[in-house]
Order: sequence, then C-alpha cells, then structure tokens
Amino acid sequence: MTRSIGINLALLAAIVAAMLLSLIAGKVWIPLDAWLHADPRWPIIAELRLPRTVLAALVGASLGLSGAAMQGYLRNPLADPGLFGVSSGAALGAVISLYFGYAAAPWLLPVFALAGAAITMALLALLVGRSGSIIVFTLAGVILSSVAVSMTSLAISLAPTPFATSQIVTWLMGALTDRSWDDVRLALPLMALGCLLLAFTGRSLDVLTLGESAARSMGVDPRRLQLLIVIGVALCVGASVATAGIIGFVGLIVPHLVRPFVGNRPSAVLLPSALAGALLLLLADSLVRAMPTVSELRLGIAMSMLGGPFFLLLLLRMRRRLA
Amino acid sequence: MNMLAVDGLTLNRGSRRVLDDISAVFTPGRVTALLGPNGAGKSTLLACLAGLLSPDKGQVLVGGQPRQSLAMRDLARQIGLLPQGGDVHWDVDAATLVALGRYPHRAGWGETPEDRAVVARAMAATDVTRFAARPMTALSGGERARVLLARVLAGEPQWLLADEPLANLDPAHQLETLACLRDVARAGAGVIVVLHDLNHAVQVADQVLLLRDGRTVAQGACSEVMTPQRIAETFGVASQFGTTPGGVPFIVTLPMVRRG
Repeated sequence: MTRSIGINLALLAAIVAAMLLSLIAGKVWIPLDAWLHADPRWPIIAELRLPRTVLAALVGASLGLSGAAMQGYLRNPLADPGLFGVSSGAALGAVISLYFGYAAAPWLLPVFALAGAAITMALLALLVGRSGSIIVFTLAGVILSSVAVSMTSLAISLAPTPFATSQIVTWLMGALTDRSWDDVRLALPLMALGCLLLAFTGRSLDVLTLGESAARSMGVDPRRLQLLIVIGVALCVGASVATAGIIGFVGLIVPHLVRPFVGNRPSAVLLPSALAGALLLLLADSLVRAMPTVSELRLGIAMSMLGGPFFLLLLLRMRRRLA
Repeated sequence: MNMLAVDGLTLNRGSRRVLDDISAVFTPGRVTALLGPNGAGKSTLLACLAGLLSPDKGQVLVGGQPRQSLAMRDLARQIGLLPQGGDVHWDVDAATLVALGRYPHRAGWGETPEDRAVVARAMAATDVTRFAARPMTALSGGERARVLLARVLAGEPQWLLADEPLANLDPAHQLETLACLRDVARAGAGVIVVLHDLNHAVQVADQVLLLRDGRTVAQGACSEVMTPQRIAETFGVASQFGTTPGGVPFIVTLPMVRRG
C-alpha cells in the first residue's frame, strides 16, 4: 500500500519534469530563462507547446488507464483498449470527415471521430446484449474493429483526390502536431468522465481475478461492470483518437511497465498505469519533436516502433517462464 | 431459524432437464454432502443456491425469503461459494487473494482493522498464514486450494458452498480440508459440499442429498441415507461398509456382480 503511494508520487514528479522538458524541447529549444522576462518565443510555449503538452499527458493517461482496465477485465495481459473496436470506429469517423474534405473546419474532424466512437459503442452494447459475457464481448469487439478497419481502407482506396488520400494516411498515424486549446477543451471533460468511470471498476476487477462464477457469487454485477468498462474505455479512447489519431501500444505496454513495481492486483495497476501512460507519451512526444528530421516523426509511428521490440521482449520473457 | 432451502427446483438446459423438482432444507451447523454420479446436477444445484443460475420453476429460500428479494450484496454476505477449478487469473500473493474475500463487506476504499483481523483468522483456519507473502504461482496445488478456501472464509459466510474442494489434493490435505469444513460447521455456519469420494462423505457429512439425473434419490441423515442398496441404485456399484477399530466408517465400492 505505502509502496504504491510512493510509486505514484514518483511518477507524478516524473510527469512534472517531463512536462517541463516538453515545453523546452523542440525544433526551437527554449530555455527556462525565456519564461522570466518578455521573450518573442513566448507564444510558441503558450499557444503551441502548452496545449500540446497537456494533450500528450491527457491522451497518455487515458490510454494507459483504459489499457489497464481492459487487461484487468479480460484477465489477459495482451488485451489492448483498441481491441473492442472503439478506436477503429473513431478513426473511421475521422477518416470520413477527411474523405469529404470537411477538415477545413477544425472542429469537424474530432466531432466526426467522437460520433464514430459513440456509434461503435452503441453497436457493441447492442451485439453483447444483456449477457454480460466476456467471450461475447471480445468477439463483438473484434468484429466491429475489423469492419471499421476495412471501411477505413475502402475510404482510402476510393478517396476523391490524392491529397485526401495522403491526408487520411497521415492522420491515421496519429500525432499531436498543431493542437490548440480547443482540442484540450474538447477532450478534457470526456476523458475525465471516462477515467472516473474506470476508477470505479477497480475492486470488481480485483474480484474477477477469481473467475466469473466466484466474482458473481461475491456480489459483482457483471452487466454493471461491463457497462462501466465499455463507456469508460469508449470515452477515453474516443476522445484520444479524436484529438491525436491512433496511437497504439500505450495501453498495451504501460500496465506491463508498472506491474513489477506495484504487483499484479488489477486495481493497484490502474492509477500508476494512467500516470505512466502520461509520462510515456510526454517523453515520446518530446523525442519526436527534438529529432533532427526534416518533417516531424509521427508520434503514432514512434510508439509502434517502440511497441514492436517491447512485444518481442514480452514474448521472450514468457517463453523463458514456460521453459 | 436461519435456513437455506430449495423448493421444487427445476432447471432446463436446452431440452435437457438438469434439475427436476428438487426440494431440500439445509441446516446451519451441519455439513451436507451432495452426492451423485457425474451429470447428476450437483454443481448446478450449488450454482442455484449461490444465485448464479435462476431456476425455471421453484425457488431458493434464504432465511425464509425468496432469493430474488435479496440484493446481490446481501446474498454474497450470507453465501460463500468455492467454485470448482479455482481460477486465479493474476499472480497475486496469498494474503492479497484471501483479502478479496472481504469484498461483499467492504464499503469505500481501504481495509479496516476488522477486515485485517478476519483475513488473518481465515488464513490461520486453513493453515496458510506462512504463505501470506508468497505469490500464488509459487504454491503447490494443495496450498493453493487452502488459500482459496481461506478466501471464502474471509467473507464470513453463514453458508459455505464448496464444489469438489478435494479434487487435486493429496490424502493428507484432503483430510485437512475435510477437518476444516467440519470446523466451519461447528462454528455455526452451514456447509454444503459436493463430494465424489463416498468415504469422505461418510466421514464428514451430517446430512446427505443423493442425486441422480437431476432427481433426488434420497436425503436425510448420513447414516440413514448411505446404504449399499441406495449406493447401488445411484452409482451402479456394489459396496461393502465397515468401521475402523477407531470408529471411523468407510465404504469399499466393488463392481456389480451380475447374476444369472
């Protein structure tokens, strides 16, 4: 207990440091003394880097928490918040807005993405029905996810102009470039609500460790739990995709990174996963900005490049344990 | 009196009738063994009692009230279920696992001193206190089973339902677990346990409910229900009854001798 408080405080301190780094780092390095007196570079910080930094922390926390909750709920360390289709649904919504060239109005894309997430969530609830069954839930998620992905590919191949195609493809890679306070205002309330709902699942997830029958006999309502998970993850992931595109692996990796420190109990993993997710994305976003590439490396690509080797490590460790 | 009872319980799965008009009254302070061949409906009956399955006809009465009228949480406080198999999906340490048993009683965050005391008592009762800090994967099958039993006891249930709690245990741990079930009953709780070994049943049970094909073959005091004739009728095996010099009853089962 005291140990996990210590870990959380350490993570919080690291987040503050990473946020400072994120404000300083970039193509233009702005040292801290620029903050003290009037400096022409101040608008870069206030209007570009500050919202971007806040957004990186919000998206990272949402994805990390969603991942931890999904892994706890499905009792599978390889589960990912993308698994149940909401992120592909949100991406499809965004792609449709790009397809029709609506991206001119900056608020339309996130609204379309949120609509996509909401529709996927409703379909998921419809498919799962009142069973509360985890297997049906997983299958329905996989089906919805693959349908949304195939529709996205269709939109790419039928795109009216090469410009639209490249816009869609680039957007799908996920990034936090050119984000403003508008995006923060859109995402913050949705993510806060989503995280709150997920925070309430902690103790039920713990009990689910004993299997579904035992959990039910102990008073866990499987339908209520499923509803909390579906809506919580949909809000978190939907808002993340709407503001940053698809950034994979965060939800998958982060719970694994914190478990060695806080143990395997699902509720103990939730808060540190949110914090570690924020930290990871802040660092990754600072990294892609500071890289000496001509055009900025997309954050989504950077995360997948980290994710692949991580998966490999995980596999090797599992193999060693099984041997 | 605080009773657990089933009245005319009938349950279908598809076209198959798994439970057919089962009526029984269970008494606190007693161990009731559910016996019967595979597929007799023992586990299904236990699941109905625990509130996991809803019968098509008839009802489960908890303290004289229909089960449906009780909130899930109230039911969970009264009835503790030890399911078959004993899943542990995350590798937590034994003390953490046992503390999960407090779930039906907890309100708000964190554990109270009372929670901790009950958990410690439950772990002492099944003799797992020394494994407290060990991860579940580092325990042997028998140790694991006892930790899982301690989890149920930590919920301080008035009714302990155990589905084949002796499976995968060596003889010494089987006897220890049986003694533990006895102690739970002696402390005032009602114990309903699915058993496969008739010897365990005659050693531990006060009452027996014999099931076959979802129907009641016989029920009542162990010494009255368990006769060679009933065992033949229920399981299709011959049997020889005996008593050790120390007074412990035993049953040897034999193939049926076909005459003619």
